[in-house]
Amino acid sequence: MIYFDNSATTKMDPSVLQTYDAVCQNIWGNSSSLHSWGEKAFNLLEQSRKQIADLMNCYPDEIYFTSGGTESDNWAIKGTAMEKRPYGKHIITSSVEHAAVMNSMKHLEKMGFDVTYLPVDDEGRVSPEDVRKAIRKDTILVSVMAINNEIGTIQPIEEIAEILNDHPKIHFHVDSVQAIGKGVEKLIRNPRVDFLAFSGHKFHAPRGTGFMYKKRGRMIQPLVDGGGQEKNLRGGTENLPAIAGMAKALRLLMDDEDQKVAHQRAIKNRIYQHISQFDKVHIFSKNDETFAPHILCFTIDGVRGESIVHAFEKYDIYISTTSACSSKKGDIAGTLAAMKVPEKIATSAVRISLDEHNTLEEADEFNRVFDKLYEEFKMINS
Amino acid sequence: MQYSEIMVRYGELSTKGKNRKNFIDRLGYNVRQALHEFPNLKIAAHRDRMHIQLNGEDSEKVMARLGQVFGIQNFSPSVKVERDVKKVQAMAIEMMKEKYHPGLTFKINTRRSDHKFKYDTNAMNDLLGGTILQAFDDIHVKMKDPDVTLRCEVRPDGIFLSYGKINGAGGLPVGTAGKAMLMLSGGIDSPVAGYLAMKRGVAIEMVHFFSPPYTSEQALNKAKQLTAKLAPYVGTIKFIQVPFTEIQEKIKHEVPEGYLMTIQRRFMLRLAEKIAKKRKGLAIFNGEALGQVASQTLESMAAINDVTTMPVLRPVLSMDKNEIIEIAQKIDTFDLSIQPFEDCCTVFAPPAPKTKPRIDRARQYEERLDVDGLIQRALDGIQITEINSSDEFMNANQESFAELL
Repeated sequence: MIYFDNSATTKMDPSVLQTYDAVCQNIWGNSSSLHSWGEKAFNLLEQSRKQIADLMNCYPDEIYFTSGGTESDNWAIKGTAMEKRPYGKHIITSSVEHAAVMNSMKHLEKMGFDVTYLPVDDEGRVSPEDVRKAIRKDTILVSVMAINNEIGTIQPIEEIAEILNDHPKIHFHVDSVQAIGKGVEKLIRNPRVDFLAFSGHKFHAPRGTGFMYKKRGRMIQPLVDGGGQEKNLRGGTENLPAIAGMAKALRLLMDDEDQKVAHQRAIKNRIYQHISQFDKVHIFSKNDETFAPHILCFTIDGVRGESIVHAFEKYDIYISTTSACSSKKGDIAGTLAAMKVPEKIATSAVRISLDEHNTLEEADEFNRVFDKLYEEFKMINS
Repeated sequence: MQYSEIMVRYGELSTKGKNRKNFIDRLGYNVRQALHEFPNLKIAAHRDRMHIQLNGEDSEKVMARLGQVFGIQNFSPSVKVERDVKKVQAMAIEMMKEKYHPGLTFKINTRRSDHKFKYDTNAMNDLLGGTILQAFDDIHVKMKDPDVTLRCEVRPDGIFLSYGKINGAGGLPVGTAGKAMLMLSGGIDSPVAGYLAMKRGVAIEMVHFFSPPYTSEQALNKAKQLTAKLAPYVGTIKFIQVPFTEIQEKIKHEVPEGYLMTIQRRFMLRLAEKIAKKRKGLAIFNGEALGQVASQTLESMAAINDVTTMPVLRPVLSMDKNEIIEIAQKIDTFDLSIQPFEDCCTVFAPPAPKTKPRIDRARQYEERLDVDGLIQRALDGIQITEINSSDEFMNANQESFAELL
């Protein structure tokens, strides 16, 4: 099996599963309980938090555990909106965000907030100048993703941060679900960034866990009210087995990150070099530092993305029609539409997404299968 | 920017006359303690300044630590350039680029410790100023209060360029003002009092009262962790834990409720004084702020202070709670202090303590107790630990979880 759909989800690391299992069996106290059994769980929770904070180069009290990327995005956005409503109702975002951000924005619009959706260029990138122009007196939040999940564009976070330095009151949220462990730490750890959203299962941790970075001093309202957990900002008994597993997964992920990123770039490059030779192939993800190392989005003209996915599946190769979250709906990819790619081409788009465990041999095998399928598809597209 | 050296300017030391050498030696020692994690540094404490050669160590990290050492007015990271005017000019332009914006004003400030260098101070000022004026548009020389002062120091081993001064922690080198005991509870105020004592050069030792099983292990660990937070200013701090259970139980049993707190505090002060005398401390510091709680009215202080003639110093006495919190946040003890563990002050707190206790009554109630015996048994049970800034107490089960994570 060749699994090239790591932006959808990743396989849980066996050692992470061991941690998960051990915590379920041995450290199942409630970390809010006063007795030593609860204390034990509390200690593990806080050690997990500290480990994540150390890896993220921030303070432990800046890490908040959530149920995943979607909740983290929802929280940063809606929590800011609720907190800062008295100061303004204007929000700026891009038109290529993940559904978790996009639909949070739609929700806020229904509640009377005013959202500016910035256009993107033909590489799916927001222009920092557009951000500058969009800022108003009542702007309370700017939300731009770090790495696009559909085609892998790296957004100009540092340039936007630079602009926002002149507007210190505006919250700056960066959806970083696709960016963790992908060699862009400098970008997501920019000091002007106030919020970051992460999802555990995108880096070999269990489902149902994730975390949000919230810079010290930034205030938001809770989304989930409850029994005082997470400094009274996110109620609910902590999912400790998953959290401990995630802390471990993050450590493993960031160990030797440079080498892993180079490895993924090499695999991407091998496929890129191969498929770019074909006339009917159109590639949206560039093969350079301005795009993520692990995402390659392309089309074979005249063949629907769905057909390409199933054709590869017959050879036990798993890829995706752009974002897994929207792929079942059959809509054309949001990012490609925003890039003004004609619908006819966009419906052909498929996405390869890698992780550090993929190999160059898998790339070669993919290329062989690609050649075969390309020939077969000539029946319908030539 | 890859800095090669940090130049440190002393604080009030300069005014200390004959003691100056002691102060500088002590500061040099404290700086070495604070920077012991960076083995490649070369630290030289001279009469007027201290020079820290980085030898490749991370300047940001070194400066973060240096910013905590008392007795330093400010410091400047500098770049070492060969004694070649062309190279100095090129580096000066590089450095100005980092600060440049249209309309910027600047001046050059040259000092020469090597008077054999072929250009004198004025010539160097001219050479560098001229280069910068040519290299940037809309940049102006201003002698009084410029945006940037580029300092150029000509020494036999090279030319050092720096701009920007980073404020140090101020105060006096810890240890130059003698030793004292700090009564550390675990609340917000006492660590701040400790910080302020150190700021004026006092070496402090922590006296912490604990009352198992009424107070938890966590409360003790919290006090130790607070000590670790204050350790970077000095290197290490001694933590003296004093068992207080028997005293509290006896007081609770014998003394009317309104005087529980007053008598308890009298015992604490007696113990602190005994410990101070034994350890050659000259005074007792605590975190009392006037009027904050029942034990901190003037009447209370008088009734409690009655047991000793040793100076009891209260650095936060006249501060508002908000002011104390501001400092606590600055020194990063606040979040720890507000963690809700029962400590020895809260467990036996009576519902309505007297805010105006009378000294004669306090003395009278104490006659019911075996004061000397209680004090002696508490002193016999003392434990002393030396605490380092990197010590971890709050997560006592550290080892068992490392393998899970």
